[in-house]
Amino acid sequence: MSETPGTATDPRATGEPVPAGAAADHGKTGATIELENLTKRYPGSAAPAVDNVNMEIKAGEIVIFVGPSGCGKSTTLKMINRLIEPTGGRIRIAGEDVTHMDPVKLRRKIGYAIQASGLFPHMTVAQNIALVPKMVGWPKSKIDARVEEMLDLVGLDPGEFHGRYPRQLSGGQQQRVGVARALAADPPVLLMDEPFGAVDPITRDHLQDELIRLQRELHKTIVFVTHDFDEAIKLGDRIAVLRERSRIAQFDTPEAILTNPADDFVSGFVGAGAALKRLNLTRVRDVEITDYPTVKIDDPLQDVFDKLRSGSTNEILLLDKRGRPYKWLRRGDLMRAKGSLARAGTLVADTVTRDATLRDALEAVLTDNTGRVAVTGRRGEYEGVVDMETLMNSVHELLEADRLDAIEHQHQLEEARADQTHADQEGDGGGARA
Amino acid sequence: MNFWDFVRSTHEQLLTDAYQHASAVFQCMVVATVLGVLIGVATYRSEWAGNLATLTTSTILTIPSLAMIGLLIPVVGLGVAPTVIALTLYGLLPIVRNSIVGLRGVDPTLVDAAKGIGMSRVARLLRIELPLAWPPILTGIRVSTQMLMGIAAIAAYASGPGLGNEIFRGIASLGSANALNQVLAGTLGIIVLALLFDAAYVLIGRLTIPRGIRV
Repeated sequence: MSETPGTATDPRATGEPVPAGAAADHGKTGATIELENLTKRYPGSAAPAVDNVNMEIKAGEIVIFVGPSGCGKSTTLKMINRLIEPTGGRIRIAGEDVTHMDPVKLRRKIGYAIQASGLFPHMTVAQNIALVPKMVGWPKSKIDARVEEMLDLVGLDPGEFHGRYPRQLSGGQQQRVGVARALAADPPVLLMDEPFGAVDPITRDHLQDELIRLQRELHKTIVFVTHDFDEAIKLGDRIAVLRERSRIAQFDTPEAILTNPADDFVSGFVGAGAALKRLNLTRVRDVEITDYPTVKIDDPLQDVFDKLRSGSTNEILLLDKRGRPYKWLRRGDLMRAKGSLARAGTLVADTVTRDATLRDALEAVLTDNTGRVAVTGRRGEYEGVVDMETLMNSVHELLEADRLDAIEHQHQLEEARADQTHADQEGDGGGARA
Repeated sequence: MNFWDFVRSTHEQLLTDAYQHASAVFQCMVVATVLGVLIGVATYRSEWAGNLATLTTSTILTIPSLAMIGLLIPVVGLGVAPTVIALTLYGLLPIVRNSIVGLRGVDPTLVDAAKGIGMSRVARLLRIELPLAWPPILTGIRVSTQMLMGIAAIAAYASGPGLGNEIFRGIASLGSANALNQVLAGTLGIIVLALLFDAAYVLIGRLTIPRGIRV
């Protein structure tokens, strides 16, 4: 692993723990986290629960701890904010050793989001979010503004949700508020312990997309624990696959883990369908989005006619008043329409955003009987179209590139191994290890 | 003389007794609440300490009230002192037990979350655990008050204040013209006081239990 030289020179990333009140002006960037020989041994049990973990997490990346239940991933996470005190080793955040600092002060600089949100039921949404800023002594006006800002950031209307109690929210909304609370005092580091474990799959999908969007704006250092490998692939910049006692089986990018699992344990965890899972790693923004002839719903009918006849395609996308995809119109539809678009064409069943994964796009393309899916922007407005052919080509290119990477990686490994063997034979047994 | 005539003719005395009764119960409740919650806070995190506190307070409750006051008289004398001590001790059990149950019942993930966002031990207790445990604690206080209303009547035995004096006077002069009326007036007075206090607790509950956890 590199020494993360890039972040060491970044003045904001190295910024030592400023009084948390100033944290907000301190720029929206993460901090490095280094774990050195981190160990947790519970009294009365022979084997340590977490055994000698070494890891370097770069500033601004999302690292996912994934592993079977009971492997110690959660314990490792909780040692970072010292909810569980390590019995050995060291933790450095932004270069500063935090292993022995006051845990209460430490935790105020680390966002913490947990499963089922952990919102306090007797406080309103606003009070929950304001907790940490209040504790670190922000002035009231700044806190109020911050609460509004955070609600907005996680996609909840401040006016509507401000005064609500947690039980008046859906599971997904609670989780959003949980994230808002964790980020309220603008901590450089965010720890998330299976945060989306208790919500339904559709909401989970939305929350994951939201987290990706948030992270593109905020660039926090996020450590995220899950047992769901698909979630890990979707969210992670790098994934640490952990086996029992939190030993790192592989710590690498999702692409590398999918195409080149380190051992049987990892490949067992990756599971079947690695090629399909690979689709989760690429987003619609990475493939070519083609333009498609469109008409507005309030365009005169004659224009629609002309466009259809002159266009190269025998279909045309009808947009509603706000520019959102509304209907696919075919030539035949128009003949039957007789002066009104109200009953012509087929409704657009599904759209994807640029942040959607190729898997989502493929799903949409497969279910749409036109064999293509409209891509939309933030407010649902039309941006382009992705079709089956584009998807197929992209996937082939991706898999080909992965294969080449894997071969090269294999090559390097073999070389390294050969060097090692060579060195072992030269030296007298195990002394000279670089 | 029928009951209403009796009440009308002695209403000044009755009101004084009722006021003293209510005041004694109220003051003892304040002391018992403070003590009870403190004991609960001090013991809820340890299995045996919590059990010991519950066991001790429930043992106190099994001592017959007449005996308790009788035992206290040689130590602290007659009057207000034995009344206050006895009532406070009796009032402890429901409060201690409900404090412990309430504090132990707070969802551990919430405590974990509070810790995780950097709340100190004291802040956790005051801002998370006690507010969440408050509904059961308030119930304990309510039960306790009902109990003390009745027990306070015994205080008259030790020349203490309250409506018990009416009852004891009536019992002492059984057979005389107003004996029954006196007992009845004392008893009904206590019942009315208990109902008034209960209404007050409903109001307190409305005002102090946050809307987010009100059932």
